[in-house]
Amino acid sequence: MPNLSKVKTPIREQEPDIRNKNFEEVVLGYTEEEAIEEAGRCLQCKHKPCMNGCPVNVPIPEFINQVSKGNFEEAYKVITRENVLPAICGRVCPQENQCEGKCVRGKAGEPVAIGRLERFVADWHMNNIKNKKEDIESNNIKIAVVGAGPAGLTCAFELAKRGYKVTLFEALHTPGGVLSYGIPEFRLPKSLVRNEIKKIEDLGVELITNVIVGKSITIDELFEEGYMGVFVGSGAGLPKFMKIEGENLNGVYSANEFLTRVNLMKAYKKDSSTPVKVGKKVAVVGGGNVAMDAARTAKRLGAQEVYIVYRRSEEELPARVEEVHHAKEEGIIFKLLNNPVKINGKDGWVESMECIKMELGEPDSSGRRRPVAIKESNFKLDLDTVIMAIGQTPNPLIRQTTPGLKTENWGGIIVDEDTMKTTKDDVYAGGDVVTGAATVILAMGAGKKAAKAIDEHLKNN
Amino acid sequence: MYRIIKKEILNPDVELMVVHAPYVARKCEPGQFIILRVDEDGERIPLTIADYDRKKETVTIIYQVVGYSTKKLSNKNEGDFINDFVGPLGQPAPIHKVKRVLGIGGGVGIAPLYPQMKKMKDLGVQVDVLLGGRTNKHIIMENMFEEFVDNIYYATNDGSKGIKGFVTDKLLELLENGEKYDLVVAIGPLVMMKAIVNITKENNIKTNVSLNPIMIDGTGMCGGCRVTVGGETKFACVDGPDFDGFLVDFDECMQRQSMYKEEEEHICRIGIGDGNNA
Repeated sequence: MPNLSKVKTPIREQEPDIRNKNFEEVVLGYTEEEAIEEAGRCLQCKHKPCMNGCPVNVPIPEFINQVSKGNFEEAYKVITRENVLPAICGRVCPQENQCEGKCVRGKAGEPVAIGRLERFVADWHMNNIKNKKEDIESNNIKIAVVGAGPAGLTCAFELAKRGYKVTLFEALHTPGGVLSYGIPEFRLPKSLVRNEIKKIEDLGVELITNVIVGKSITIDELFEEGYMGVFVGSGAGLPKFMKIEGENLNGVYSANEFLTRVNLMKAYKKDSSTPVKVGKKVAVVGGGNVAMDAARTAKRLGAQEVYIVYRRSEEELPARVEEVHHAKEEGIIFKLLNNPVKINGKDGWVESMECIKMELGEPDSSGRRRPVAIKESNFKLDLDTVIMAIGQTPNPLIRQTTPGLKTENWGGIIVDEDTMKTTKDDVYAGGDVVTGAATVILAMGAGKKAAKAIDEHLKNN
Repeated sequence: MYRIIKKEILNPDVELMVVHAPYVARKCEPGQFIILRVDEDGERIPLTIADYDRKKETVTIIYQVVGYSTKKLSNKNEGDFINDFVGPLGQPAPIHKVKRVLGIGGGVGIAPLYPQMKKMKDLGVQVDVLLGGRTNKHIIMENMFEEFVDNIYYATNDGSKGIKGFVTDKLLELLENGEKYDLVVAIGPLVMMKAIVNITKENNIKTNVSLNPIMIDGTGMCGGCRVTVGGETKFACVDGPDFDGFLVDFDECMQRQSMYKEEEEHICRIGIGDGNNA
């Protein structure tokens, strides 16, 4: 008899007024009993609609079935057949648009809490089972993977599993990409990211940090060194700005700079060598997950008033529903249908931001209703910090130094969507460097697809 | 981990290190920089490359001991290791053959000037340099320059070496004496570079400068190093650090560099002095 509850088994969270002052994880996770109870809500549909919503094809009903029986390690094995980063995906995937969005239980009530269950299984494994180094027979074929973010890590894992000798090159001093520099500790603890990456290294993947492919070594030189294939997962590393007056004033950050200072360089710790300046009144421009992360981080660092300034309405906010909900609970003030037009300064520092009110017009090419400025509705927000979280474009270093690699006008590397093959022989690409800023799981899906294509190509040649 | 092959104290404030860093040494060109982290949890410090040896796979950095992080670096000795050392970053300096160049270096800015001038000399350019510092103790690398330059001039605040005054005073004197230059390369504190550009602009001598803004990753990701050049926002880490001095908005650079003034102990910079020798 399945659990017929219309709502998900509740999950424990830190109280909003407590958690908005610390960097501990917000969501505390299920207990074994809660996980079994929630797993009991799964109808074990034969047609598995949830799996169609998962970019990496996790066998969802199969792992949930194991959870419902209390076989947590079995469940872990089922997930990791397809997904090397379950502790991360369980926390940061936009499940409502993916697996859970397709869940049959969602038609009359809430869907099965697939994300929470995935997280539970990964955490249970981490806390109870010691990872062992796997012995995989090497085929001695060298593959280079550029960028140790979600796309690169997944591609490296998939190739290592198939016996390839994978070298993973990372430009920063720490692997993980956005998982390390971008997503805050309270949403994704770094110890967990390290643990997931260790699993990939245990498969024999060699990780080399502090090497910038495109600068320290070019792709052509990698081939000269005997690599038979290259996967580029260098991410979307160039922040966008609005090109409005006052954007270079002191106190204006890109979300990347702000979050990198705090997450990667640990500026939230009192004894950190890297400082961060957060004022009393902070506006974050943008409505995605990065904007929510920046706003909630600013609040935790002591800002008294934190605004989200977004030009469309709540319905169009690109951030996950859960993140918006958490942000509101923590006291973030949403200034929706507003667009910045100018940042005013005093003595070189941000003093206020002039915004204009917007209304929604006809749908644009994105299918969303186009925001239109309402004439003479300008108003001023008194601020000392502005964080621009309006997106990133692909990092330019590789395309600047790799002849034969074709890119879109906006910088994205052009690939064949089925194989992730670029216009250059034996070079594949995936993740944000192809799509522009997107989600962790889409990048992982691309890394997986490329690994399969690289394997097939090398086997047949 | 990156081994320190050699360490030398150049003067009470300035030190030199030769670091084994194969990836950087194989590829770096004059004008480019590296980012290092002394230890786990350390700050990312950008420093321009003062010299390199492709065969020995080493890179020479010269830094001023100014704050917390450079003091930590200064505590390291020959044989010790630096946690992270990444590069080469930035664009190589735009080095073309001209007839005659004047390189002006202020304080630690003398260090990145060296590989640029050396390369220009190799191209057959007539090279003069003008080095400035607070006192004669603050002028570094003069022997290395003397080996190849055509003329070398000095300016110190106290007159202990060369003229008593700023490098701009000497520059004016040279120009008044009828010396002709096709190019000036000025590297030093922002206030020095700004003052030089004011003179060279009037005399219509093309001037390249090297900027040292605050930065984190050095790969274009954080945007912290943005500078206005010719009315456009540029990222010094991927578009620079060398720019046409006539186009740089120096006042904005100086203002942005002061962002973490209160946390002076923490400031990271591309190893170029801090306004004490212009």
